Amino acid sequence: MTKMISIKDFAFSRRSLLQGAGALVVSAAAPAVGTRKAGAAVSAFGSAVKPKLVPDQLDSFIAITADGRVTAFFGKMDMGQGVDVAISQIVAEELDVKYERVTTQLGDTATSVNQGGASGSTAVQRGGKAMRAIAAEARRVLVEEAAKRLGADANSLVVDDGVVSVKGSPAKKVSYAEILQGKYFNHKLKWNKKYGNSLYSSGVAKPKKTSEYKVVGQSFPRTDIPGKVFGTADMITDVKVPGMVHGRVIHPEKAGTVAKGFDAASIKHIKGARVVHEKNFIGVVADSEWDAIRAAQELKVQWSDGGKPFGEQKDLYNHIRKAKVIAEKMDTSEGDVDAAIKGAAKAIKAEFEWPFQSHASMGPGCAIVDGNPKNPVVWTGSQKPHYTAEGVARMLGMDKDAVRGVWVPGPGCYGRNDAGDAAMQAALLSKAVGKPVRVQGMRHEGIAWDPKGPASIHMARGGVDSRGNVIAYEFISKGFDRQDVRSNESVPGDTLAGQQTGAKLRPRKFWRSPEDTYVFPARKLGWQVIPPFIERYSPLRTSHLRDPLGPQIQFACEQFLDELAEAAGMDPVAFRLKYLKDSRDRDLVKAVAEKAGWKERVGPQKGQGGKTTVSGRGVSYALRNGTRVAVVADVEVDKPSGRVWVRKFTVAHDCGLIINPDALKLCIEGNLVMATSRSIVEEVAFEPDRVTSVDWATYPILETPDAPEAIDIVLINRPDEEATGAGEGATRPISAAIANAIYDATGRRVRRGPMSPEHVKAALA
Amino acid sequence: MAAAKRITLNVNGRPHSITADPDMPLLYALRNSIGLSNPHFGCGLAQCGACTVHVNGKATRSCAFPVGEAQGKKVVTLAGLGTPEKPHPVQKAFVNEQVSQCGYCINGWIMTAAELLAKNPKADDKQIREGLAGLKCRCGTHMAIIRAVKRAAKEMSA
Repeated sequence: MTKMISIKDFAFSRRSLLQGAGALVVSAAAPAVGTRKAGAAVSAFGSAVKPKLVPDQLDSFIAITADGRVTAFFGKMDMGQGVDVAISQIVAEELDVKYERVTTQLGDTATSVNQGGASGSTAVQRGGKAMRAIAAEARRVLVEEAAKRLGADANSLVVDDGVVSVKGSPAKKVSYAEILQGKYFNHKLKWNKKYGNSLYSSGVAKPKKTSEYKVVGQSFPRTDIPGKVFGTADMITDVKVPGMVHGRVIHPEKAGTVAKGFDAASIKHIKGARVVHEKNFIGVVADSEWDAIRAAQELKVQWSDGGKPFGEQKDLYNHIRKAKVIAEKMDTSEGDVDAAIKGAAKAIKAEFEWPFQSHASMGPGCAIVDGNPKNPVVWTGSQKPHYTAEGVARMLGMDKDAVRGVWVPGPGCYGRNDAGDAAMQAALLSKAVGKPVRVQGMRHEGIAWDPKGPASIHMARGGVDSRGNVIAYEFISKGFDRQDVRSNESVPGDTLAGQQTGAKLRPRKFWRSPEDTYVFPARKLGWQVIPPFIERYSPLRTSHLRDPLGPQIQFACEQFLDELAEAAGMDPVAFRLKYLKDSRDRDLVKAVAEKAGWKERVGPQKGQGGKTTVSGRGVSYALRNGTRVAVVADVEVDKPSGRVWVRKFTVAHDCGLIINPDALKLCIEGNLVMATSRSIVEEVAFEPDRVTSVDWATYPILETPDAPEAIDIVLINRPDEEATGAGEGATRPISAAIANAIYDATGRRVRRGPMSPEHVKAALA
Repeated sequence: MAAAKRITLNVNGRPHSITADPDMPLLYALRNSIGLSNPHFGCGLAQCGACTVHVNGKATRSCAFPVGEAQGKKVVTLAGLGTPEKPHPVQKAFVNEQVSQCGYCINGWIMTAAELLAKNPKADDKQIREGLAGLKCRCGTHMAIIRAVKRAAKEMSA
């Protein structure tokens, strides 16, 4: 049941919160209310006034109530993979309290500092690392305080579930709750002066040795699942605030066109509906959601002539080939590739292609903005609410810290989807009508109008000497920018509403090359970026999509390495073991081969010629920001239809120290299935003047009949290595594992993604 | 569009009287008029299932089902299917198998699976996969969903 959010709960400005305010009641787990005096001037331990919300204050991250409950305030988000559970585990571990005592609150700018939001699978890797150091420091100061009270040396004390006692004299004890009495720590931390993913705060305490871990490494269940399963939890789309009206934005069918005018009479029959037209932005508001939807559908808009900005889809890759290069870089240049290939016994080259893909979140972007100048708030499902709040403030013409951003779980966003666009649309509309406005997009806004994963081509060359050693490898990608709009919406110009009101796209002019530990005598890895089709307001603008550039680069480079293996007369697994330098990578490839029962072979298998459905298996490896994943895919290819089915994945996954094994497995499964969908199904379709992928019929994704029969996962736990991300790593090797399996089954390389029936049939022809 | 009318709905066993355009999709009546926010808007085209409710026991995409047609029928939403104290076997299995991720699509899976297993508690792997075709999950939790529905089938056919 929807609960109306009381405006009273939000009756304080973001600025007053940053300055420190005692009256902040953030949850049942929040400490006792202090006075309203701004900014704690008290220097002693245990302040009744909440110190400023700044990264060098312990209270910005951890609170302990008078009854001993612990709250961690985390400036990153969970997208349904249990980030809050992992952070609670890390905090409980360092504090030496039971896991059940700890709750982690995510993504409210009033209660957490900007730790970057959901970004690059860094919740545990970077945010967790900081929380670990901070919780360790909290334990240290509490134990020190206990030592004073117990008249004992701090080194003689032990902590059990938040109770500090003298070793050997358990009666001499005091609990964290008794020490703090519902007050704030008021303890300074060191801070690296960086906001976002890089934020790191710490004290002088040394975190525990992993060999002492009791909580980290256990599988605690997710906290959000019962609420979702029983329909009791509210999501971003369910937030209702008093006086709220509903907004919808109207986008043209044709790309490149903008709203020049409208016929107000066309919606005169819809009571209370009104149009907001600012520059090229056009939207409607109405008291009821259904009226807003009808008004948006029925409003007659005069659109400008947009021409044919995209060209034919069949010419996409030729366009990329010929397009001018606006930025390029050779990330790696070792040895003389040209000379080595010239002198090679065997030289091979290949080119690969990957389409635009959509985030296609289950719910179109949704946000509620109350733009009143006194207490402006944005409720958002965006992955980066701290940045969203800044963008909304700028859209409202306010100081960047003026707006409170409240993150409410929403449909998974998988990168920079349309959630940030909705926030800025709601801000523009709220400013125009002077009321809180809720905007939710329609389906076409989530697929046709979200920022896209960029289309690209990849050119690979390699050489093998007469003894079968690889002597040269070159891999160059050329594609649309990875970020025509930034992956956060702190600047309105990075959103549709900002672009409709004048901002241009601002390509970051940046890509990347393959990430791996292969060693070859001569090696070149680089990239080239081409300009966007349209400089502004485009349904084919690009931004980060889960594992940005990963599926496309890996589709090409890990297929090409299989081709090099064959040219060298080697088995694909043996080849990788020979050339991967890092022992963790080799352990991983060995583990997956062993689990899958890999049988050595050179080139594709033979002897399935007469069958219409053929089977094959392929291997692939990926490194992603410290996390390593190797996959064996077992596929079936129906030759007449070109349909590919992945029967089974076997995965070896090494993300260093494992925090929560069961959650990790589920996270890996999700990566695999979504990546399979992107590998064999998904391609944004367009015509010269429009994107024609507008719904699930025109942008299908993988469904249950096509899901694998089995996924077999080997988790490699490395307690002595830092915990690295798991949100995207297992996405990366999937496209190539499937492609290599198709090659094994058919003897044909599919070099154009996705490996859809159409493209597979073309490769088999 | 038709003129607004008084419409009586029976939702989760309780009567509700609302005034609405009978052509308005049931989803908006449930979400905004009655305040049962749980069925989600996913596509408005009956293509994904995020808005699924039971209408007289049949899994129905409420985003494309006129509210006028729901009059006189029994509408059950996810929140009415079971509660933490008295869970439907499918809900129990979803919690046990730790489905979902973002959870936005979950109405479709649970409500469709509940109908599927009510008709055929002994549904096998293929029947479950086919029976859930047409539903979308962008997080890719298909494997866990299939495990959960099998677990529920086991309980329901025991």
